[in-house]
Amino acid sequence: MVLLKMKFTQQRRVRLAQGLWLMSWLAVMCGTFVFCLGVYLKTEMIRRAEVMENTEIHVVPNILMMVGLASIGTNWVATRVCQDSLDASRFPRWKVLLLAWFVVAALLCVLLVAVVVLSYALQGRLEESLKVGLRNGIRFYKDTDVPGRCFQKETIDRLQMEFRCCGNNNFKDWFEVQWVSNRYLDFTSKDVKDRIRSNVDGRFLLDGVPFSCCNPASPRPCLQYHLTDNTAHFSYDYQAEELNLHNRGCRQALIDYYMDLMNSTGPGVLSVILIQMSVILSLRYLQTAVEGAMALEDPEGDSEGFLLEKGVKETFEDVKAKVLAILQFGQVDPNAEESADTEKAASPTPAS
Amino acid sequence: MPFMPVKFNLPKRVKLAQGLWMIYWLSVIVGILIFSLGIFFKIELRKRSEMMDNNESHLVPNLLILVGLLACGVNAFGGKVCHDSLDPIKFAKWKPMLKPYLLLCCGFNALLLLTAMLCFLMQFAVYLTLAEGLKNSIKFYKDTDTPGRCFMKRTLDMTQIEFRCCGNNNFRDWFEVQWISNRYLDMSNDAVKDRVLSNVEGKYLMDSVPFSCCNPGSPRPCIQHHLTNNTAHYDYDHRIEELNIWTRGCREALFSYFSGMMNSIGVLVIATIILESVDMAGLKYLSTALETMEDPENPECESEGWLLEKGVKETFSELFAKLKTLGKTNQVEEGADAQEAAT
Repeated sequence: MVLLKMKFTQQRRVRLAQGLWLMSWLAVMCGTFVFCLGVYLKTEMIRRAEVMENTEIHVVPNILMMVGLASIGTNWVATRVCQDSLDASRFPRWKVLLLAWFVVAALLCVLLVAVVVLSYALQGRLEESLKVGLRNGIRFYKDTDVPGRCFQKETIDRLQMEFRCCGNNNFKDWFEVQWVSNRYLDFTSKDVKDRIRSNVDGRFLLDGVPFSCCNPASPRPCLQYHLTDNTAHFSYDYQAEELNLHNRGCRQALIDYYMDLMNSTGPGVLSVILIQMSVILSLRYLQTAVEGAMALEDPEGDSEGFLLEKGVKETFEDVKAKVLAILQFGQVDPNAEESADTEKAASPTPAS
Repeated sequence: MPFMPVKFNLPKRVKLAQGLWMIYWLSVIVGILIFSLGIFFKIELRKRSEMMDNNESHLVPNLLILVGLLACGVNAFGGKVCHDSLDPIKFAKWKPMLKPYLLLCCGFNALLLLTAMLCFLMQFAVYLTLAEGLKNSIKFYKDTDTPGRCFMKRTLDMTQIEFRCCGNNNFRDWFEVQWISNRYLDMSNDAVKDRVLSNVEGKYLMDSVPFSCCNPGSPRPCIQHHLTNNTAHYDYDHRIEELNIWTRGCREALFSYFSGMMNSIGVLVIATIILESVDMAGLKYLSTALETMEDPENPECESEGWLLEKGVKETFSELFAKLKTLGKTNQVEEGADAQEAAT
């Protein structure tokens, strides 16, 4: 029982070959699009690598780049097959390659689907990675004289200004770390000595934030220090003040940014999957139609094209049997041994 | 004696037509590029128009947009003519239009030259507008409750952050204006009253700058207030401190941004002038080569192409003579009058 049979006249075969040639070139463009998308995502993640603790999320752009390159090659092969398909002398050499081609193309579709699923599934891991990365960034903000960490301050400042965020969860994260380096603290001053003695670890803690937390849209010049003290500033209420600093935490801001990026590319990737699948199906029809035509006495006559020669179940059983036969190639067949023994017993031994 | 004659046979004519067709389509793409650069420049001017007091001149981007569209049209027509040139029937209908078309191209080149000159010269106007506009922006920084100016603070803060600059000439411009609104000053406080009384106009002046002047690359948390007072901060000398706030003025920063853009656009327009001249020369050669075929029925015959039918001097003197006669059409000639009187 053939699966999804279709009749093909010579003209229809020619049309199918031409249409498929165009669609394969479109699929090559889509492969380039997927590759460029992977490169763009990867550069965005590398730019923020300093505030991410691990690189697990990099698997998404890596797969996109690989799939993009592979699909360019695969679809280019499809265009060559289309060009040769209407020439009976050149088509047979593609016969062996086509089976491998179908496997590779199906694998590419599966990988693209996996990428879409992964980009949603890894959101939790991304959040964890950003939480730890930002916490370290805030802790090492003051270490502008420690090699390896001296640009942490600039990175965090630029991040807060660009993404309009403050701290890890919110601006209060800055109250819990010492973000002013000891080099700039006057240890003879009473205020400094009081603050240091006020906590167990001997850290200089302030209820203040760095300048990069300031919100430019505030109507008032930025208030950075003594944030919890209403009397320190004229007409200021700590509970009611909203516009003075950025309200969002940087972790939330970065996650929103990356999720927006991956969501906006979702429809593009889905349409690439659809195009690739239609190329696979059309090429299967073309292959079976052309092979059927070559087997006829009149090559210009009508032939049939189908997806699978037998039904789904029977094809599956066939494939399973073939795979098992290949696996059993190395094992000695017990039936063959028995028959060899009986033969030996039957044939009389040479007369001594 | 034709000016720069070149002999053409059939393969050479075909090559010329094909090459010229490709150059015309390249010119169309360059025209599209100039059009999009004009739009980009216009958008950038609009974005920064608050820094320029809203009276910046949009002459250059408008001219670029117009020139880009004209270039597309003119060169597309030229490409069509080249495409039809090797078919005598199709070419015959374009023949009468060629002379006016070449004159139009000359005029277009003159327009391109004017645009390039404006690109280079209008930079002075941009500089002056920026100086005036930034001075006003700093003055109106505190007016976040005045309708029409309430976003000046945000715009100026974002500009200082983006262009890494502070003030008009440098950060000291902030010392001369009151940039904190009176709404946030406690007028009953003695320190505030002292400052306000210390100058004639009753402005609250400080030696401080807004937070947007801070340099994130400084190893030290930003020092914004009491900038000239060395004792106000630990281990601070305002004369040698370099990294704390941006030292560049915003006028210089914005001007170098715009002048870079205008210089590159000017260079592109000059390259377009050269490309257009090559187009015109090629079309002149092609049309004369097709006209001077001795035997129009035989496409294989040889022909000659040139740039000018007579030499350069003679062509110019003819042109002047024509212009003179154009001016004299209404004047009665003296000689003819005398003759009539005599008869």
